[in-house]
Amino acid sequence: MAERPEDLNLPNAVITRIIKEALPDGVNISKEARSAISRAASVFVLYATSCANNFAMKGKRKTLNASDVLSAMEELEFQRFVTPLKEALEAYRREQKGKKEASEQKKKDKDKKTDSEEQG
Amino acid sequence: MADVVMGKDKCGEQRLVSLPLSRIRVIMKSSPEVSSINQEALVLTAKATELFVQYLATYSYRHGSGKEKKALTYSDLSNTAEESETFQFLADILPKKILASKYLKMLKEKREEEEEENNNDESEDDEVES
Repeated sequence: MAERPEDLNLPNAVITRIIKEALPDGVNISKEARSAISRAASVFVLYATSCANNFAMKGKRKTLNASDVLSAMEELEFQRFVTPLKEALEAYRREQKGKKEASEQKKKDKDKKTDSEEQG
Repeated sequence: MADVVMGKDKCGEQRLVSLPLSRIRVIMKSSPEVSSINQEALVLTAKATELFVQYLATYSYRHGSGKEKKALTYSDLSNTAEESETFQFLADILPKKILASKYLKMLKEKREEEEEENNNDESEDDEVES
């Protein structure tokens, strides 16, 4: 499947917002700098993915998982990302668990309702 | 599949990840050796990319000359790619720029050097003949 060049780019608006929030107030970012950071971000995804994939292959797995990504960050000298990433992972897992429990509860309630309707 | 992972607040106060997961996935899958990606790996890669953007921007700003002008410029970024080992993987896509006039001057000087070498060779031939 061939990707068009635009598909490998990240949305400008989001990239710009992340940059602005990181830099002190009132700092200008040239359009060229913005575009360069966006390209760099795409390259980073490829770089990180390739490295993470090596860890997956070492573990004889075909599916990239969270620990592969974390190992890649250490390997590529982005250790500073590891703690915030672990926190994000915990938050994501809690959220997924919450969603699952919510939908299971909904199903239980629905079943209960159907039962009582049939009885009535 | 939700494109954006929502944070705890429903009023959208803080999202876990702002970059679109679908786009991150497209980029990851463009890598030929990758077979499949589990959802957690996708979320973490997206989050790591955001952290990377922040890091690249702040590092380049702090180390760049743009600080006096309160601006982040392309040359701040290309300097970072050249000087920092961590960001060296970006060197090819963030090349340093030189003025066109300087480049043309370099070309001219190179051509003059080569011409001089050719002239030296010719005079050697003359000596051999006589």
